[in-house]
Parts: sequence; structure tokens; C-alpha cells
Amino acid sequence: MAIRSFLILFILFFFSSLNPILSLYEDQVGLVDWHQQYLGKVKQAVFHTHKTGRKRVVVSTEENVVASLDLRQGEIFWRHVLGSNDVIDGIDIALGKCHYPFIRRKYFESMESSRWADGVGIFSSGSKALKIITNLKIEKDNIVIIFSNGRLNAVSCIDGEVLWEKDFEGESLKVQQVIQPPGSNLIYVVGFVSSSLFEMYQINALNGELLKHESAAFSGGFLGEVSPVFSETVVALDSTGLILLTISFQNGKISFHQTPISNLVKDSFGPAKIITSSVTGIFAIKMNAVTIVIRVKDESKLEVVEKTNHETSISDALSISEGQQAFALVQHASHEIHLRVKLAHNWDDNLLKESVKMDQHRGLVHKVYINNYIRTDKSYGFRALIVMEDHSLLLLQQGEIVWSREDGLASIIDVTTSELPVERDGVSVAKVEHNLFEWLKGHMLKLKGTLMLASPQDVAAIQSMRLKNSEKSKMTRDHNGFRKLLIVLTRAGKLFALHTGDGHIVWSYLLQSLQKSKVCQHPIGLNLYKWQVPHHHAMDENPSVLVIGKCGPSSDAPGALSFVDTYTGKELSSLSLVHSVAQVIPLPYTDSTEQCLHLLIDADKHAHLYPKTPEAISTFEREFSNIYWYSVEDDNGIIKGHALRGKCTGEVADEVCFDTRELWSIVFPSESEKIIAIVTRKLNEVVHTQAKVIADQEVMYKYISRNLLFVATVALKGSVEIGSVTPEESWLVAYLIDTVTGRILHRVTHHGSQGPVHAVFSENWVVYHYFNLKAHRYEMSVIEIYDQSRADNKDVWKLVLGKHNLTSPISLYSRPDVITKSQSYFFTHSVKAIAVTSTTKGITSKQLLIGTIGDQVLALDKRFLDPRRTVNPTQAEKEEGIIPLTDSLPIIPQSYVTHALRVEGLRGIITVPAKLESTTLVFAHGVDLFFTQLAPSRTYDSLTDDFNYALLLITIVALLAAIFVTWTLSERKELQENWR
Amino acid sequence: MEKGKGVMGAGRRWAVDFSDNSTAPSSRDIPDPPGFTRASVDQDDSAVSRQKKDAEANWKSQKAWEVAQAPFKNLLMMGFMMWMAGSTVHLFSIGITFSALWQPISALQGVGKVFEPYKDNKVDLLGPKLLFIALNLGGLALGVWKLNTLGLLPTHASDWVSSLSPAQEVEYSGGGIPL
Repeated sequence: MAIRSFLILFILFFFSSLNPILSLYEDQVGLVDWHQQYLGKVKQAVFHTHKTGRKRVVVSTEENVVASLDLRQGEIFWRHVLGSNDVIDGIDIALGKCHYPFIRRKYFESMESSRWADGVGIFSSGSKALKIITNLKIEKDNIVIIFSNGRLNAVSCIDGEVLWEKDFEGESLKVQQVIQPPGSNLIYVVGFVSSSLFEMYQINALNGELLKHESAAFSGGFLGEVSPVFSETVVALDSTGLILLTISFQNGKISFHQTPISNLVKDSFGPAKIITSSVTGIFAIKMNAVTIVIRVKDESKLEVVEKTNHETSISDALSISEGQQAFALVQHASHEIHLRVKLAHNWDDNLLKESVKMDQHRGLVHKVYINNYIRTDKSYGFRALIVMEDHSLLLLQQGEIVWSREDGLASIIDVTTSELPVERDGVSVAKVEHNLFEWLKGHMLKLKGTLMLASPQDVAAIQSMRLKNSEKSKMTRDHNGFRKLLIVLTRAGKLFALHTGDGHIVWSYLLQSLQKSKVCQHPIGLNLYKWQVPHHHAMDENPSVLVIGKCGPSSDAPGALSFVDTYTGKELSSLSLVHSVAQVIPLPYTDSTEQCLHLLIDADKHAHLYPKTPEAISTFEREFSNIYWYSVEDDNGIIKGHALRGKCTGEVADEVCFDTRELWSIVFPSESEKIIAIVTRKLNEVVHTQAKVIADQEVMYKYISRNLLFVATVALKGSVEIGSVTPEESWLVAYLIDTVTGRILHRVTHHGSQGPVHAVFSENWVVYHYFNLKAHRYEMSVIEIYDQSRADNKDVWKLVLGKHNLTSPISLYSRPDVITKSQSYFFTHSVKAIAVTSTTKGITSKQLLIGTIGDQVLALDKRFLDPRRTVNPTQAEKEEGIIPLTDSLPIIPQSYVTHALRVEGLRGIITVPAKLESTTLVFAHGVDLFFTQLAPSRTYDSLTDDFNYALLLITIVALLAAIFVTWTLSERKELQENWR
Repeated sequence: MEKGKGVMGAGRRWAVDFSDNSTAPSSRDIPDPPGFTRASVDQDDSAVSRQKKDAEANWKSQKAWEVAQAPFKNLLMMGFMMWMAGSTVHLFSIGITFSALWQPISALQGVGKVFEPYKDNKVDLLGPKLLFIALNLGGLALGVWKLNTLGLLPTHASDWVSSLSPAQEVEYSGGGIPL
């Protein structure tokens, strides 16, 4: 017995040493993973002045990022990513004692606090900031005046103390501008009360004393914003938008001066809009596509200086010397942009005039910021930072693009993947490695490394060779399916194709269908779908993707479709739909050209089939009666199921339009339940088997259905922030609903729990994450659903002979007999996203990928979330791999997929199977992008990269030699024996 | 059976046949030497040789029985090894089980060869052969039983359904929250 137990111990030890180790070694970082940092669309940029000696620009973006960029390379010097609730309204640099940018952001309502850390000062309060004034001094202290939320604050630069504040909120004043005449200690606050009363406050900036308060009524009313033209004059539009008002409040006297726009330009183009700029004496108005730049002369006389059809952007004023202001004007003309820098008081001369060739796929110039520097000949040079329509950021200097950043990638809406082209003619070794000598040298180095003869320099060379392996960024398909294209759609309506090998941009395309046009004022990109995936014609046809967008945020806005070739990045065609797009249902059918059939449901519940070919229609009509769809109305708490009825009748009669009828509906009680999360299985998920073998050779049959919907509802009171409800008045209900029949297969209530709920559905299980108010901890629950009606298939002979109906097609209308198993575990982190690994055949065990609040991705084995875990598992259960029950899920530091990196602002995790069964590709996106390969059960089907082929070869050769030698020796010996 | 092989087996280099009973001189290539009569010698030795033959037959059958019983020891040995290996599947237990299966099979294949040295007109080899076969079958059964306890025999339903792909569903449904 002792021997036996010893043997078992030995064997257990042997096997435990083979357990999966998921962590990386230090030198493996960057071999298969890449990480890219972005900022998002720049909202505001402030240059460090040359006095500080720093060549940097501080930017704030729409993704709530504040960052400092190096002006030479465009690299990020530092960066802070604030939460999605912390919207940055403005930034400015205050010189003097504090060199730090000031960031205004929403903080807790009306709670006044300021913090100084890491170069960031934070001020509280609510809405849009209008102005930050930074160049005031009291004795040795610099003060910063901030206007926000109807309140004027003066803050000390030394400690962030609020020196004085003035509230305009109570006086029903809609403040339009806060103006500080240069060189004075006065502040003017101007705004409107109701729509026709203009008010002006004059305030002493040093102590907040109200010096003057004047108001004047204008019968015509005001429209939109005002633009300051002089320190005591502003320009506004009357309520019709046809008359320009010059409002002057010199010496406390308010006077209006009206100039009809038709006096300035002969042909009127309808109502105008003021483009505010801070340039003295200059402002611009925009009428339809025409931009008119107007100069103000002698307080009230207006003069048109430029009228253009080109898109124009005007920068803020930059004071270059005493009393001189420069500003930049950027105009867009087809392939070029024209940059002009002028002095504010001298329109006719240009300080700088440059034309820069611009890639069409960047769209129009949205914003421009200028900065000056002193050239070696003591003259002024200018550099311009421009923000393009696709959210990219470029620095122009001396007529060239110094650097560009693709910051649109910080706001990815949807991701899909595409295969790379098949390798046609074998790429020779020399082509891959440049030349044979290099190739040989590389292999010699590797051999040296394996034989431990390499010097530290050699080791470094080997490491850099591994990282720059040209194999991984090749533009052809590889045998293991690691190389793919990630097609991403950004908020700017631009498509990017990223190579999974090293993350470089293969192509990018600004979708015309998602650009502002006369028919489509506010286009929104919605989703990406695979449109054509050639398998049979992989050699001569390119795959393509379908981009779905719509015009405007309303539900009945017409849709727009674009079809883009994923190899070339060219738009194949685009369609402006007459109907809206409420749902997109990719159908599991393809036509003969391998285009996937898609069903688009509009707001009137008509179904439209794409592609509109007769063949697609005939395929569709064959499956007509088996296609259903459901809609979740989360506002009303209703889930409805629909079936197709027949061709459309009425005014929208069309070959590919179908009527639908309602089949069932589930109405949640509106006073007690509110839908907060729905999850379905991924459409392309492959499940290897329907049976699950448990301890003692028993079988459980998984209930695997594509038509299962997980719905989580919370009590109405519980749908607010954590901490504001008591456990008694909050609960969370989880449902599993069959979307064909509307049958509720399972329902479970978690008392004292509340959202937010993050969930993931795979195979026959769903895992969801929520907050347990009673335990004051986050919890993760798992529900596994099994088909009890199949459990009777126990006759081995029937199974051997295949006389069973386990694989025959089933209808969901046959009454299912399901049982569920569930279990809850505590989990330490709050979660931003959950995903699950997916592999080609679905054999490899699964891992959950959890995007934690710290913007990292944690891999958690699904075995930890097994509902069958018990405190003391039996021997058989242990053999099955059941882990003893614990109340919380372990977080193993080595299992962070993102290792030392952070995917700032993490929003989504996408997993794509590689061709190799053991491996899955993981792409996490937020403000940053991160990609890696994962092998949940280690790479059992391939040798690792660092496998020592040389050693294997040497061993084989040595063994062969040994066999040969011993054979001859034995032959000789035998001969001698025989002669004896 | 090793011993039997050593004495009478195929390993011998040369042999003289003393029991040549033929009387016809023509059967030989070389004529008998003068004065040698074959018949008289035969007559003189016949009693002795019969006795000898009986003894040999006895010895052969005894040996055959010994050989037939040999697998029994093997069986005991195998049983001990199997108990040592335990009932979990790993390299050691699989190795033992497969050797326990292989040995009886190879022995059964060579059953004729094993008893060939004891072939004699007077020796009845059926009994030993049957015993040998039975014991080896017993060994085989032991091996199969071990295989079963290791769970390597597909006797459960789970062994036949573990790679059944999920059933196709007739209906298809899609949708979600309106975009």
C-alpha cells in the first residue's frame, strides 16, 4: 500500500507540474501581443509657450483624456484618462507658480473641492465651462478665473483655494461670454435674460466686486451664440438669423447696431450661424455651405473680407507680441488644405501661406490651433495642429505634415474580422528575410542562444529578432490562422483594417455614406457585419463587410448601407435606404456568391431582405416559415416575438419587403422590474458536443440553443447608483427566454442585489456579474441549462449502432424539459466588460475574459464558475476537474492577459478563433487597443515558438549515430563469439 | 518450457539417430559394413528402446503439463502488478494493463509452438493445451477487467455520446434592442 501511495504521489507530482501556466515570461512580452495608445478627438489644445522651454502641447479630448504630446514626434508624454462621467470642459495652462494645465470636469454636483496631484487640478461643479482666465496676478500669487455652471470662481494657483465666487445662476442669466480686456483687471460677463434682454456685468477680477450692471432690451430677440470682437463689443444674430447685431457696452452704455446680412452679401443663403472666434475685430458666419468672414471696423461698421464655398476653420487668437494677434485660417480644397496665418488687424497680408497635400480619407478640417516659434533669423514661424473629420490629429509645419495620430481609433463602435489573402506564389526565404546571409546569421544566433553560448549583446539581438519577426506581419494567410485583419468602425464613420500581427493600419476608409450631407444631417455609424466570406472562391474573390448606419438619432431615421472590400479597403457600393433600420438579423444562409443574407427590420416592423437578388429571395422563401425575430423594448419593459407573414402590402410594396406579425409578448411589471441587460450567444460560436460527461461516467445533455435570450431586470429603485437603496427594496431577476416561442425556461431572483449587470452567454451557460447589497460585494452567478428529455438515452447498443435521434433536427415547439444548475460566487472587482474565449471547434476549455475596473483583462477559468462545485468533491469529481467550493473567485495575478499594460477606457473585448484549435485571438478596445493570443488549455496542438528544434535535431542525429555504432559493435562481437 | 527447449529443442547442432529401425539396407546411401546384421541388433535392443520410449513419453507429458501450468504464475504476478498500479489512468497503470493484455494474446498465438517439442504419438497434448489456453484466457480476462476498471472500455453511454454534435434547430430567430 505504501508503495502504491508513493507511486500515486509521484504521478500526481508529475502531472501537476504540467498544469497550465498562463503567465508570460518577461521576454515573451510583445511576441504575440501589441498595445496602442490613443487619445480620442481633440476638443481643445493648449501649447506650452516657448518661454517654458517645453516643446509640448496639452490636449483634452472627447474621450475624457488629458494628455501632453511631444511636438517633435507626436508621442504621448503623459496622459490621464478620466471616467466617462468626468467630461472635460476646458483646459488651460496657468503660468507662474503653477505650470500645470487646469482641467475642469464634472465632479459631484455642487460639491466644491479642488485637488492638486500629478499635474492636474480638479474643480468641481456641473455644466459647460465657458472661460478660463489665467493671466491675473495678486501679489505673488497667480489667480485663475473659471466660469462654469453659472458661477464665476477665482482660484489661487498656490493651493487651489477659492478666493471669491460670484453666482449668476439665481439671476436667470444665460451667460454667453466672459470677456477680459487685455491688461486690465476687469471682467465683463454678458448674456441674455429670456430671449430679448441683453445684460452686462462688470466685475473686478481681483476681489469679485460687482462694479457695474447694465441691461438693455432688443425687440428682435437673439439667436444662438455671441462672438466677441473687441473687448467691449460683441456680435450676435437676431432671432430670424438674417440680421447681424453689433452690441457695444463701452463705458457701461449698451447700444445695438443692426446690419442685415443682405446688405453685406448680395445673394442671401438663408439663416446664418455665427462661428465664434476670439480674434479681435474678426468673426465669421456660416450660411449653408458658404462661409463669410467679416471684419468689424470702427465699432459698428461691418465689412465682408472673404466669402468662400470651401470648408473653413478659424483658430483662436495667438498674441505674438505686444498688441499683435495672429490667427490661422484653414480652408479645404479637394486634395489640399490651405493654411494662412494672418495678423488680426491686417487682413490683407499673410504672415504665412501654405498648401499641404491631404489624404482624402481624413475628411475635412474640424479644428485648428496655432503656435509660434522663433526661427534662427529671429522671424516668427508658425506650426498648426489640426483636427480632422476622422478625429485624427496632425501637426503642420513648413508646409509639411510633421506627424499624424490616428486618434479616431480611440472610439471604436464595432469590430469584425476578415481573413487575409491566400498566399499565391510561395514567398521565398530570401524575400522574407531580405537575404540569405541575414537568414543564416539569424539562425546561427538562435543556435548560439540554445547552446548557451550567446553573449548579452547576442541575447538582445535574438530578442529584437523575435519581436520584429517579419513572419507575423506578412499580408497573407498563415497555416495557424493567427494573421487576420481586424476591421473596426470608429465613431467618426471611418473604417480601419488593423493587422493582427503587429497592429499596423493596413488601410483606412472614411465612409461617404456616414458623412454629413444634405440628405443626411447627423449620420451615425451603427454596426459592422460580414457580408461576403468566400471559402470556395477564396482565390479569386475578396471578402467584404457591411456597414450599417443611419441618419440621425431618431428611431425612424433612414438607414445607410455600405459594402467595403476588406482586402483593398475600397467601397464596393453604398445604398441610402428609404426605410429605417431598427434591427439587423444576419441569417445563417448564403447565396451562390457566398454573400450572407441579412434581414433588416425597420421601425414599422417590416422586414427587408438584403442582398436583393432573386436567388437570395428564393433561398429566403424556402426558410420563410422558420424565421422569427424579437424586439426588446427596454423602456416599456416588453419583449415581443414576431414571425414573418408575407410580402409587404400598401405603399411599400417591394420584392424584398415582408410583413411581420406579433406572436407573443412578455410584459414585465413596470413598477417592479426594469430591463437592464440582455445577452445572447454569439452567432458564430461553435459547440463541439451536446453531452457533458460528469463523474461516474454519467452523461448530462446540454440544452444548446441559438435562440436563448438572457434578460436581467432590476427593481425600479435599484436601477440607480450603488449605495442609494437598501437591500430590502432592491432585487435582480434573471430570465432565460426562448426567443422563438417566448417560453420562459428559467427565472431566478436575487434579493438584495442590483445592477449594473454584465453578462456573457456561451454554449449552455450564462455568467453574469452584479452587486450584492447585503454582502456589500460584487457577485458573479452562473446558470447552466441541461436538457432532461435526452437523459434517457442510456442504451449503449443503440448508441453504438447509431439508432438514436440525438442529432436529428429539433423544433423548439416540441416541449423542452430542462433543468438548470446555478451557483453564485463573490468577485472582488467591478467589471466593465465580460467575454469568453472561442475556438474553431469548441473543444478547448473556456476562459472568461473580464475587463476589470482597472482597465485590465483578467482570464478566469470557467471551471471556477462551475455550478457543481462542492465543498468536498469526491475522488471521481476531482478527476473530472471540479474544484472545491470557495465563496469567492480567485484572482491570480499571473492570469492578467494584459500583463503590465492597461487598456485605458476599456469598452469591449472581442474573441476570434484562430485556425489552431487551442488558440483564440483576443482584441480589447477602449481609448487604447490591445491584442493578444490566448491558449486556455495551453498550446497542446503545436510546439511553442521557443521550442528548441536544434536540440531535437542534435538529439536525433546523436541517437542515430549511437544506434549505428552499437549495431556494428554487436555484429563484430557476435562474429568473434562464433569463431571461438 | 525453457528446460524442455534446452534438451530437445531446436537449439541442437547435430544428432545421431540411434533408433533407426529400418531393416532394408537399400534405404541408406552407404552399404552396411560386412558382418553387420541390422536385424539382430534391433531384436536385442527392442525391449530397452521401448522402455526408453515410455520413459521419454512420460517425461514429455510431464513437461507438457508443467508448461501448461506456467501461465498461472504469470497470472498471479500480473494480479499483483495491477493492484500496485491502482485504478487511476496514468502511464504506469496503462503500461501494466497493456502488457497484461499482450502477454496472453501472444502466448495464445504461439500455443502450437510451445507444445511442439512434446509432440509425440503416445503423448496426449490436448489436456495441457486446453489448460494453457484456459489460463491465458484467464489472464486476458484479467487484463480486460483491469481495462474496464480504468474506464478505458467504451461500456457506458457517455463513451458514445461524448462527441455528438448538437442537434440542429429548425427555427431561427434574431433581434434585440432596437438600434
